This record gives sequence, C-alpha cells and structure tokens, in this order.
Amino acid sequence: MKSYLFVLRKPAHSGALVQEMLDIILTTAAFDQKVCILLLDDGVFQLKTGQNPECASMKDTVAIFKALEIYDVNDIYAEVESLQERGLKPGDLCLPVQEFYRKDIAGLMKRFDVVFAG
Amino acid sequence: MKFALQINTSPYQSNAGQTAYRFINAALGLGHKVFRVFFYHDGVYHAFKYATPPDDEPWFAVQWSQLAKLHQVDLVVCISAAQRRGLLCSDEAKRQGKQDDDLAEGFRISGLGQLVEATLEADRFIVFG
Repeated sequence: MKSYLFVLRKPAHSGALVQEMLDIILTTAAFDQKVCILLLDDGVFQLKTGQNPECASMKDTVAIFKALEIYDVNDIYAEVESLQERGLKPGDLCLPVQEFYRKDIAGLMKRFDVVFAG
Repeated sequence: MKFALQINTSPYQSNAGQTAYRFINAALGLGHKVFRVFFYHDGVYHAFKYATPPDDEPWFAVQWSQLAKLHQVDLVVCISAAQRRGLLCSDEAKRQGKQDDDLAEGFRISGLGQLVEATLEADRFIVFG
C-alpha cells in the first residue's frame, strides 16, 4: 500500500480535466490505497459553493467530491494563502478542508509516497 | 531504478510529451527501467495512427511506436480519455458499431487500473504536462 497526495491546481470546469482527475482519484481509492487531496492555487475553486454547472451543460464535479467519502477519502487540504488571495474562506467551500500555510506545504508533501500533479 | 510516467498533453499543445520521450531514452540509456507510460487527458493524441504532419516535423506516433518496438516499453492509452476524444482501436470500434482503427502500433488501450498499478510498481512516478 502506498499513500497518494493529489495536488489539484486548476479551477473547476477546466474542460474535462477535473472530471478526469477525479476518475484517477476514485480508481486509486478503489485499489485500497491511502488517498488525500491538496487544493492549491485556483484548485481551491473546485469546491466553491454555489456552482451551477448544469446551466452550462457541464458535469457537476462537486457531487463527485461529495461521493469521495464513500471511498474513504476524507482528507482534503487547502493552502491558506491560495484561499486568501482569491477572497475565499473555508466556509465558502462545500466540504470541510484542513488548512495548511504555504511554508508547510513542502513538509506535507514529504509525508506521501506519491505526489500526483493534477 | 524503475520509472512510470504519465503524459497529459497533446503533441501540439505542449512539449511535455517530447520531454517525456527524451527522458525515457536517457533513463534507458543509463540502465534504468521504464515500467509503463500512461497517456491520459489530451496525452491520448500521441497515439493517433493517422496523424500526418509535414515531412520536416517530428512524427510523434511513429517515434513512440519505434520506442515500444526497440525497448519493449509498455505504452497504455486510457480507454475513457481515448473514447471521449474519438480514438478507437479496431476491437473497440467494432463493439461500438464503428469502423475506426486509430491506434498507432505499439500502443494498447486499457483502463485506469493500469495507471494505479504502474504507480504501485514503480520506484518513481512522474507526470509530464
């Protein structure tokens, strides 16, 4: 068993990118590996509340994030500065996240066997 | 050391695929192993057999086919990413009632389980693009 940190840096609805990354995350979790997610830069928008993707014929990726719990993916981290720079607070996100300061991100990454850029 | 790679960008969107290709050649040249290369997102565009660039430009699919033949590198294209983008091997096309045969030689189409297996097997996993 390995531990995986998926580092998501692109905003929601970046083409099929978010949806296809979530497919990898779900598959890895289905293989009974330890899976955590880090939202960095514009990645913090992926969990922003109040998205209405159906209006633009896009996939509701937030619903997939909400289903991650079923696969024992419970640890979602967000960088404090990424949130602040975009005027967001953890309360603006639709799932609870653990906040990490930028200075601590490298230390967080070191705790994982695989750091997966997405 | 045993490497696994993932390529996420198309040949004309980014140089990442070409960087990966050069990385693989350098690694093999130094005696390392490449367990698998997984083509995902727009990376699946590397595997289109009928891409026909001008003669003075690199032929990416042909480069990969030669690499697979020379060094038995396992080149895997994600089935769902491929189908979304219209890349079908003949078997899959038949199943869908279509007549395509788009997959270049040396590639095979499979699922995301192959990617997870590669990250588990390899000492190092690197994402390009």
